[in-house]
Amino acid sequence: MKFLRNQLDKAKHNFEKGGKWEKFYYAFEAIDTFLFAPNTTNGLRGAQVRDAVDLKRLMMTVIIAMVPCLLFGIYNVGHQHFLALGQEAVLSEKIMIGLIQVVPIIIVSYATGLGVEFIFSIIRRHPVNEGFLVSGMLIPLVMPPDIPLWQVAVATIFAVIIGKEAFGGTGMNILNVALTARAFLYFAYPVNIAGEVWTYLPDKAQAVAGYSGATPLAVAAQAGSTSGANAVEALNSFGAGWADNLYSFWNLFVGFIPGCIGETSTLMCLIGGLILIVTGTGSWKIIVSVFAGAFGMGLFINAIGGNPFVELPAQYHLVMGGLAFGAVFMATDPVTATQTETGKWVYGFLIGILTVLIRVFNPAYPEGIMLAILLMNVFAPLIDYFVVSANKKRRLKRATV
Amino acid sequence: MGKFIRLKKGFDINLAGKATPKTSSIEPETFVIKPTDFYGIYMPKVVVKEGDTVKAGSPLFHDKKNEKIVFTAPVSGEIVEINRGEKRKLLEVKILADKTVEYVPFAKYSVSDIANLSREKAQEQLLTSGAWLNLVQRPFGIVADPAETPKSIFISAFDSAPLAADYNYTLKGQEQAFQIGLDVLKKFTTGPIHLNVHAEREISPVFAQAKGVEVNKFSGKHPSGCVGVQIHHIDPINKGDVVWTINPTGVVQIGKLFLNGVYDTSRLIALAGSEVKDPQYYKTYTGSSIKKMLQDNLKQDHVRVVSGNVLTGTKIPKDGYVGFYDQVVSIIPEGDDYEFLGWINPTASKLSFHRAFGLLSFLVPKKEFVLDSNTHGEPRAFVQTGVFEGVTPMDILPTYLLKAIIAEDFDEMEELGIYEVIEEDLALCEFVDVSKHNVQQILREGIDLIQNS
Repeated sequence: MKFLRNQLDKAKHNFEKGGKWEKFYYAFEAIDTFLFAPNTTNGLRGAQVRDAVDLKRLMMTVIIAMVPCLLFGIYNVGHQHFLALGQEAVLSEKIMIGLIQVVPIIIVSYATGLGVEFIFSIIRRHPVNEGFLVSGMLIPLVMPPDIPLWQVAVATIFAVIIGKEAFGGTGMNILNVALTARAFLYFAYPVNIAGEVWTYLPDKAQAVAGYSGATPLAVAAQAGSTSGANAVEALNSFGAGWADNLYSFWNLFVGFIPGCIGETSTLMCLIGGLILIVTGTGSWKIIVSVFAGAFGMGLFINAIGGNPFVELPAQYHLVMGGLAFGAVFMATDPVTATQTETGKWVYGFLIGILTVLIRVFNPAYPEGIMLAILLMNVFAPLIDYFVVSANKKRRLKRATV
Repeated sequence: MGKFIRLKKGFDINLAGKATPKTSSIEPETFVIKPTDFYGIYMPKVVVKEGDTVKAGSPLFHDKKNEKIVFTAPVSGEIVEINRGEKRKLLEVKILADKTVEYVPFAKYSVSDIANLSREKAQEQLLTSGAWLNLVQRPFGIVADPAETPKSIFISAFDSAPLAADYNYTLKGQEQAFQIGLDVLKKFTTGPIHLNVHAEREISPVFAQAKGVEVNKFSGKHPSGCVGVQIHHIDPINKGDVVWTINPTGVVQIGKLFLNGVYDTSRLIALAGSEVKDPQYYKTYTGSSIKKMLQDNLKQDHVRVVSGNVLTGTKIPKDGYVGFYDQVVSIIPEGDDYEFLGWINPTASKLSFHRAFGLLSFLVPKKEFVLDSNTHGEPRAFVQTGVFEGVTPMDILPTYLLKAIIAEDFDEMEELGIYEVIEEDLALCEFVDVSKHNVQQILREGIDLIQNS
């Protein structure tokens, strides 16, 4: 370690003011501080000791919370692949297929995203922020397993530049970076990220007889028009012959279903959520209120009734699509969420409500969580504005008493 | 009739090296008064020359704008140095102390005389002796303006900061002086004097026997002992309000001034911290040199010496001087070293308010920590939310207040409560901040803006 430190110290002067690579100072600093916690000390006046926490550690905690989703996702990509082909396969084969599909996406996401971050840090002369460590992992987890890699790259570059750096970097962005990437793909290349793309099925491969790549949300949405059965029956009978009980409630909860790489398993998302809550890195208020909002809205439209999708029992909304993943990892992004404690309740609750609303009443796009969170990202400052105004009013009122 | 206020938010920093209740007498050779210890001073005008001899209570300098605010010598002796910085800004006036202190004689009062003393006379004596400087005005945390009449006076009778000196020990036997001090202070306010004690700690007879004050009880972690937090819950400051605060040591000093007719700045200073061999109290006077206290008393040489507590204090050299209001000198390891992968290594030896991955200090709540002066990370934009709110037991939104200050938005600052806080009240925010902002410095910039607008 001493050797490494000495090498860094030797190289350092080249990057400092007047050095030959002065321009690249922040790129050097990023690597230096990644290897060694810096030796900076507190100022002359004020706090002479500081908490051991820093942004790197905080971001790393979020990544650790995503690991269960990632591992499950890698396995599930292989699992769905063989299920669709109608072949039996052992664990290692499934994992291998999963790795082959997923790892390149992760590499492309990190490489392009960090590349843009470093270039911006050099041009704009600001330190490389750790925010992308999390975004870079979130992006692969919300991609379909068979997404073309160039699309991942383009989406990541778009999200980092337009979603974040244009506003001044980590901490200043209005929209969640990972969701910006996904929304970009959804509107720019809908063929590759909507419809029946959620199972990795190579072009020439012959799918098993009776195979359908419809997602649970699509099945539930079409339940009324096709079979006349109610949505739960449609879900339960889906996959008969090639994957019995694929869309049973339990299977939806555990996550052995087609979908984005990391978001199929509600169970794994809950484990991740637990990690975030126990470590205090994610707001439990937001997570709980998103689920509560979705469940409440589900109950409400159940009561109104109308078609089979509307009558889908409310608990199904919690396990289908990306609601759990969005609630745990996307809505809790502290930069784009509301920043006041009261505001967090409102923010999460509205995300839950909007998700179900978009799912049920928007025929074009049955997955609502992405748009719900992006919409609420935009409204978060407004919610905060009202909470802060209430605080100001309370303080003013005190004066007259 | 006082109130009982239970504070739920806050964080105690439990450091190793607390001062044991015993006192050494050392005789520091030099003493220093620094105008930089005080806020709200326009410009100090020196009235002594190098080589002059002074008595305890003789004027050294006064404020050019408000000549009544006089800064006096804490001990008698010879002026050996007048240090100036850039643009001849006065930094410090150094006194080489006599063996025995000689005092400037002030009027002496018996207990019954105090009752009939007028505010004008009391004020005159406080100002000319220099004891006035103990009075701090809120908003802004500046030296009290003699022209004002505060709506109340607040005394925090406990210090919840890390390694704080224990008033139960430092004020032992000062019951009478403390009471006289209170009696004098009562003449300055139309409202009550609030004496705030901790609900669960032992209450010194000095405070228990105090008469003519409202005794309020507080419970909870730091910053429950910060007087700003206490004011917020008992008699909050709105725009236009003025409240004075004073620490108990200052009250005793004022009591002695009227009882004995001398400006007696003798006090106990706690020398504490993990790097002190024998942490204990020292009997000395205001502005004392710490050189002799540190002699053969340090475990190692690479230390940071802080006048005051580690949350709000000022770094001073090893032969430096204790600040005017400070009652503790904290000595911690200097943390100017690198740590390989220090941003992710699991640790239970570094204290954290957070529980993010690898921060295990929450598992050992009783442990006494050795903390160094490292920043443990680099400055970043605001990212994590809800953290400041967790250590601020007030109905104030620190993040929004700080952002308003950075944006220099005067209306927002006022509405978000800048009148209610000074550095110490938000010092914990600076400690827990994930993004390592200099919260206290930002706050003082905001206060300066508002005050001079």
